[in-house]
Amino acid sequence: MIETLQNITAGLLLLAGSAFILTATLGLVRLPDLYTRMHAASKAGTVGSCVMLIALVFVPGADGVAGRVAAGVLFFLLTAPVSAHLLAKAAYISGTRLSSSSVADHLKTTYARDEAK
Amino acid sequence: MMRYGIVLILAIVWLAVSASYTIPNLVLGLIVGALVTFLVREQSGEAPKVRPLAVALLVILFVKELLLSAWKVAKLVLSPRMNLQPGIFSYPLKVSTDFEITLLANLITLTPGTLSVDVSDDRRTLFVHAINCSDIEAARRDIETGFERKILEAFR
Repeated sequence: MIETLQNITAGLLLLAGSAFILTATLGLVRLPDLYTRMHAASKAGTVGSCVMLIALVFVPGADGVAGRVAAGVLFFLLTAPVSAHLLAKAAYISGTRLSSSSVADHLKTTYARDEAK
Repeated sequence: MMRYGIVLILAIVWLAVSASYTIPNLVLGLIVGALVTFLVREQSGEAPKVRPLAVALLVILFVKELLLSAWKVAKLVLSPRMNLQPGIFSYPLKVSTDFEITLLANLITLTPGTLSVDVSDDRRTLFVHAINCSDIEAARRDIETGFERKILEAFR
């Protein structure tokens, strides 16, 4: 009985996690430029991966996995924003333009010199 | 002092990752941790003051915002007509140490609609990409009264 409940919980969490990752993927396709795409990849992707990891805790018979899951979630939360930030910064410096629907760009003056070259 | 703390944290993480909570394993974690901090010596600096209660509040706020953020992205992506006004705005920083700036930038990236892109060379300005940049003042206010204040409360 309890095992069934655990399995159902794990399954539901897996489904929820993969749904978030699906929206992250859709975001990569639908959003207009690299910067907005990073939003989808960094947020929905991170939450999706973390939820799927947490699902592992509920799988019956998987002992001692909780600590690993906690560490995995922590590493995701620490590294995902750093990679998103670096990708966005590298893209900006190498001249990737914001989508035409953008309404503000306060970074322009900082790298204006590089663009003039 | 800071170094011993880091060694201890590394050892605990090692215990969690190897999923074997035994004394020999803890000793192994401590030794490897000491070796690692010996190899990476350059930055240590002052350890930030930590207020446990304020840190707990910060973590709760963060988890809430993170879930909300994934939900918002999902809703946006699934809506048939995406009405976007993205842009990059500058944010004047009140936090000053490397640790605080890194933490704030990471938190901003994982919360609804905002993504840190760059820090100015003088480390006074953070450049943030927002998926909805129509109201810059409101976005600045959100960060200021939200995460930045909580970080200042937790680590000062």
